[in-house]
Amino acid sequence: MQTDFKKRISQSIAFWTFRILSLIVMGVLFSILGFIFVKGIGVVNWDFITQMPEDGMTKGGIYPAIIGTLCLISGSMLFAFPIGVMSGIYIYEYTKDSWYRKFVQLMTSNLAGVPSIVFGLFGMALFVNKLGFGDSILAGSLTLGLLALPVVIRTTEEALKAIDKSYREASYALGGTKLQTIRRVTLPMALPNIITGLILSIGRVSGETAPILFTVAAYFLPKLPTSIFDQVMALPYHLYVISTSGTNINESRGMAYGTAVVLILIVLILNIIANLIRRFLSKKYKTN
Amino acid sequence: MQIKAAFDDAAFINLIKPLHLSVIKKIINKTIEGLLMLSSTITTLTVLLIVLFLFKEGLSVFKESPLEGENVIVLSNQNKITHLSSIDIKKIFDQETTNWKLIGGANDSILLFTINDLSNYFSEEELGPNFEFLPQKMDSLIEANPGMIAIFSKKYLDKNHKSKIASIDNISPKSFLLGKEWFPTASPAVQLGVLPLILGTLYVSIVAILIALPIGLATAIYIAEVANPRIRAIYKPVIELLAGIPSVVYGFFGLIVIVPLIQKIFDLPVGETGLAGAIILAIMALPTIITVTEDALRNTPRSMKEASLALGATQWQTIYKVVIPYSASGISAAAILGIGRAIGETMAVLMVTGNAAVMPHSLLEPLRTIPATIAAELGEAPANGIHYKALFGLGCILFIITMFINIWVEAISKKRIKH
Amino acid sequence: MYKIESKNVNLHYGTFHALKGINMSIEKNTVTALIGPSGCGKSTFLRLFNRMNDLIDGVKIEGECLIDGKDIYSKSIKIDELRKRVGMVFQKPNPFPKTIFENVAYGLRVNGITHKNFIEERVEICLKQAALWDEVKDKLKKSAMALSGGQQQRLCIARALAIEPSVLLMDEPASALDPISTAKIEELIYQLKELYTIIIVTHNMQQAGRVSDSTAFFYLGELVEFDSTKKIFTNPSEVRTQNYITGRFG
Repeated sequence: MQTDFKKRISQSIAFWTFRILSLIVMGVLFSILGFIFVKGIGVVNWDFITQMPEDGMTKGGIYPAIIGTLCLISGSMLFAFPIGVMSGIYIYEYTKDSWYRKFVQLMTSNLAGVPSIVFGLFGMALFVNKLGFGDSILAGSLTLGLLALPVVIRTTEEALKAIDKSYREASYALGGTKLQTIRRVTLPMALPNIITGLILSIGRVSGETAPILFTVAAYFLPKLPTSIFDQVMALPYHLYVISTSGTNINESRGMAYGTAVVLILIVLILNIIANLIRRFLSKKYKTN
Repeated sequence: MQIKAAFDDAAFINLIKPLHLSVIKKIINKTIEGLLMLSSTITTLTVLLIVLFLFKEGLSVFKESPLEGENVIVLSNQNKITHLSSIDIKKIFDQETTNWKLIGGANDSILLFTINDLSNYFSEEELGPNFEFLPQKMDSLIEANPGMIAIFSKKYLDKNHKSKIASIDNISPKSFLLGKEWFPTASPAVQLGVLPLILGTLYVSIVAILIALPIGLATAIYIAEVANPRIRAIYKPVIELLAGIPSVVYGFFGLIVIVPLIQKIFDLPVGETGLAGAIILAIMALPTIITVTEDALRNTPRSMKEASLALGATQWQTIYKVVIPYSASGISAAAILGIGRAIGETMAVLMVTGNAAVMPHSLLEPLRTIPATIAAELGEAPANGIHYKALFGLGCILFIITMFINIWVEAISKKRIKH
Repeated sequence: MYKIESKNVNLHYGTFHALKGINMSIEKNTVTALIGPSGCGKSTFLRLFNRMNDLIDGVKIEGECLIDGKDIYSKSIKIDELRKRVGMVFQKPNPFPKTIFENVAYGLRVNGITHKNFIEERVEICLKQAALWDEVKDKLKKSAMALSGGQQQRLCIARALAIEPSVLLMDEPASALDPISTAKIEELIYQLKELYTIIIVTHNMQQAGRVSDSTAFFYLGELVEFDSTKKIFTNPSEVRTQNYITGRFG
């Protein structure tokens, strides 16, 4: 039949278009990663990640930037994780459907949408200038922590929401208080998802540049920090400066590729860990 | 029987007394609950603090005079003009405006005078060994020349001056938002017009979405409706990974691959252009668009799809007649979120767009976005100066745009839930 | 004295009038079945007695609910004390993702009991009462999630028994189970009434007929009829009850 034929032709044209476009997407994405990997993987070796940068950052390694990024990750998580998880618990388990809940939810969703450079502005105005922390690990960590906060809160809320309410009721029916129910039933059940969210937010924090531009990042500082009031180098900022404003952009290209590879590897590894945890723990808690 | 026996046992242990939580435990519980509440309050306060700080600093730019330092602009009393705007001053001192007639004064050519021109008019003896006669001399010079406009530091102004001080507008919201020139370090008067930056931001973001939306939509449809589960299992984690790659890495890639490519293809003097920014932003917005769209497509009830298929529609007809209309609001949410992400993106754009703060005419010229401006200039702007405040003003604009987008998306998804 | 009484109880969810002036008195050590079409208020009524409705936003309750002659909604009653005296079994088996042992011990632990031997003893007794002991005694340290649906539901019953309630509320306890597991649960209910006063919500007429001593028929938030099960099923005094039982609606 004529129309049947037409129908089938238009379907296969449409589907092939989709297939090809999606292959292009994958192709572009893989070529970005592949290009950087091919160019940069030769640079990455033990010396590269354990040596100080030398010769106007055209030689040597990126050790202080790695340490700096680790400091910032741990600092920001130390701040964002407890506050985020506790806020998530409070918002989901304690506030009823009231104006307070709506208000807090509006605030967190707004916080999630704020561009990272605005966090940088705020961090500079409050932590660096007003509170007088100066450019320091403390100021940078707090700024990055604020950025990660809405992610952690939302993950916690979603994880709690996913737990059937009959588990809570069963605990209450046995005389458990709200807090006991949270501590012994809901939180353990929500933990795998919360941890997954936490790991993904570490990924985000480790790659952010804009918030640390004016709060902590040092252009070139070939020594390790000794206190939380020190400046540090950081991987994403390092990549930015050696690829745009170094004295010797061409000679530091190799370093830039290497740094980009390290950044991608960090995100890749965190993603794999998060996926493994999700798979492992969701099996464990799978109900019939 | 076993159950019977169990009942008999139960009789013995009826001695479980209701055990009250001890006072200490109660205090601990209350403390923990207090901490939980405190955390959520901190979160809320943070947002309010961000708003407070941004707007306090940002709005204070409107209290500033565009004149740098402690300068004053002095005119002769014979000059009809009493009042000058920042753009007038710039044009006068750039010698673009050379006659008072052009800005509403008498037909008289403009004579510039700065402190460097002193030696053209006076000898050192006339000014005295410690320049003690300088204020008085300058005053009479200006008063004698109706076409003269002079700028100098307040301390050289004669206490009994006869000439008049021109009143200068503070930076006005209108000139800030609609001004076409962004020269925050210009002398003698800074130019703080953010229109080129706003347009630059919108230009790049919208072009990015125009590139990313069709491709993202096609990919999402492919993943959600066409691809078999094995292919989907490859696509999903890769897209998740891409969402996590830091923006500097995309910026770096843009800088070393896309920028030279554009330069070669279009034969341009520089490859750092709006187009390069739009392409990188499109790539970065893809994961957001694909994930949100795919979720929306998947929410189409199975029964609805089956009903369409059962009536003899092909899969493709079902997709565009049932699935896409049903998830339209989700798809528009994806587009808006994508724009939001593009507007706020800083580093990648900073690295590839060339950062020329001029009114954008074509995508093949360098342009500059709001976030990139903040990132590029905040480091050099002295704290609490007018430039610093202006950058916070830019932050406010950015905050308002993204908040608006957020509320918009939220409204769309609320509608979706009801529907 | 009746074990459980409700006197002119009204309940509103926001603007929705869910229970309309319910009066009911339940004897000690009996099984009472609550029947009626979906949304008739039977589950809501059941949940009055361990104050589970308190968890829902916008609920308003008027009237008196008495257990052992005491108003459980009065200020002097501590809610967790009440819930310890009133056990509850839910529609879908919902063991916690913990070991079998810890599931049964949960109620004891949250009530501050730490004595190890006592807990062990209690877990064994409750599993025996719930007719599950023989099936699980060798795998007490295994996850409760590995049990079958019917076993999980009996575990939930054992969990409810551990805190020695005197009243047991069951919200369609067998609706998610296969016929064999259902039969086991029904047998268990029949035995448990020697020690507990049981209220059971069910959709299944035969089940109500098999396990209960008296039956209450709810319709649109009203208690239409409450009488001995035998009377309700053979000679109801209300036409609406008659129609429901013979399957004219619902």
